[in-house]
Amino acid sequence: MFSSYQEGLLVLLGINVLTAFSVYSPLATGQLSLGNAGFMAIGAYISAILTLNFGVGLQAALILGGLSAGVSGVLVGFPALRLRGVFLAMATLAFGEVVRTIFLNLSYTGGAYGLRGMMGTTLPMVWLWVLAVTLFFFLLMRSPFGLNIHATHDDEEVGELTGINVTRVKVGAFGIGAFIAGVAGGLYAHYLLYIEPSLFGFLESIYMLLYVILGGMTTFWGCLVGAAVFTLLPEYLRFLERWRGAFFGAIIVLMMILRPQGLLTRELLRLLTNRRGPTQPEEVPARVQEVGE
Amino acid sequence: MFLEQVVNGIFLGSMYALVAIAFTLIMGIFGMLNIAVGEVFMLGAFFGMSLIMAGVPFHFALPLAMIGSGVVSLVIERLSFRPLRHAPLLVPLLSTIGFSILLQNLANIVWGTERLEFPGVAALPDLKLGSMVIPSVQFLVLGSAVALILALDLFIQRTRVGRGMRAVAENLETSSILGVEPNGIILVTFFVSGLLAGASGVFFGLTFSLIAPTIGLEVGLKGIAAMVVGGLGNMRGGIIGGLLIGITETLSVAYISASYRDVFVYSLLFLALIIRPEGILGTVQQEKGRA
Repeated sequence: MFSSYQEGLLVLLGINVLTAFSVYSPLATGQLSLGNAGFMAIGAYISAILTLNFGVGLQAALILGGLSAGVSGVLVGFPALRLRGVFLAMATLAFGEVVRTIFLNLSYTGGAYGLRGMMGTTLPMVWLWVLAVTLFFFLLMRSPFGLNIHATHDDEEVGELTGINVTRVKVGAFGIGAFIAGVAGGLYAHYLLYIEPSLFGFLESIYMLLYVILGGMTTFWGCLVGAAVFTLLPEYLRFLERWRGAFFGAIIVLMMILRPQGLLTRELLRLLTNRRGPTQPEEVPARVQEVGE
Repeated sequence: MFLEQVVNGIFLGSMYALVAIAFTLIMGIFGMLNIAVGEVFMLGAFFGMSLIMAGVPFHFALPLAMIGSGVVSLVIERLSFRPLRHAPLLVPLLSTIGFSILLQNLANIVWGTERLEFPGVAALPDLKLGSMVIPSVQFLVLGSAVALILALDLFIQRTRVGRGMRAVAENLETSSILGVEPNGIILVTFFVSGLLAGASGVFFGLTFSLIAPTIGLEVGLKGIAAMVVGGLGNMRGGIIGGLLIGITETLSVAYISASYRDVFVYSLLFLALIIRPEGILGTVQQEKGRA
């Protein structure tokens, strides 16, 4: 059906969508994470060790890798409650770098050489995970917990006053994001056939955030749009050859000036689906505004 | 041995301190990181290298490279901060990330991705203290870094423009009500930030004699760590943080292992944020954003 080049691209796209969701989850509660590559690394290494050294099946290994990442996410999420905005961003950045440098130094995980020989990720498998996670967010955002996420994002103190367990919402969202990053890492490891610490650096965390923001962070569908556009765009820019990276950077700068709310907003989504719905007094920029302040 | 490593850490730390102050100046106004400071630093190193290789003597090459970096910093202000001043804080953060990607790739195109040798300029004899040998270039670096920081301190404390910088950092809106022209002050702040980052880049080149376009991200992250560990909102915090990170790095290289260096540096950053988010000398509340 697809050429192997297209298939590879679609696998990467699916994995990028998952990583975008992993950033979206904490961001929806107002927590900016720049360390999700660390969670991705945890998922990738744990699942790889399980399939390579212990003969665990791939799906079980993915879930166990995701759970390990999720538990680390919760462990980071608790102390991170004290931090807001750019301070949380810096703490998560530090966490991601600590994880990467630890894997760089562990001889059990192959140090800088990493691990080799994992295989088994297929295109349908990746997109089943994407489907499952999309469905999860679709249901989550309509559930009472989803309302709590919105409320925590918009005003934490008022949320707390109205009886929302803000701690649970924030740590939960952080843990969910870390779990998804871990699964994405596992899929990535078993697609790439090798992993090494340099794959999970600061830039990887940045790209995940870019997908979310450029796609539009007021709705989780933005993750899909952002990851799709910014995975495929560099492919279509190949004719620029060595100017490609510079052009990509320039596009980000321009996008922030011209359309800082991202490609997809809730208003646009409503227009596209032509759904009337209850006319909420919805100011999209106002919702975005809270994050990072 | 121990003392030698501490001294090395101080030299390294003086470079981090300059980058940390370059971050702090902008953080003070907008409450947001300008990630591209790392790339301004990297460009300073490459400007310095190109100028010295073109035969410009060091005492002209350093200020010229600094001015070049200052101009780049002004371009970043114009495109990543000026049009986005009323946007959510995430937007300028992302925009400066875009700038980082852009500048690093431009450097790749101009200078290539390989490590390049930074020409040496030392004409002074190396200093011998007992069994310790300290290369003269390190004194040149430390002396220039101290001179720059002192000059900046005088500028901020004693001049009218410096007073404006402090006022704008305190509160952008109130200061403009009180008659400070914020746009001019913001431009000066970005220019000074670029000057410091650029100088640090040249010093980095002198000290390590090899530079590559990737040093921007590497040292930029250390600069952020130094700023946070020392304490946000004042220069002294950046200095203390820079020295602390520099010494941590050289000591962990000497006594544990070179590859564990970054584990310690970033653990320090993580712990500093969790335990004492305001930093060692911090005065600024973390809630302080754009009032």
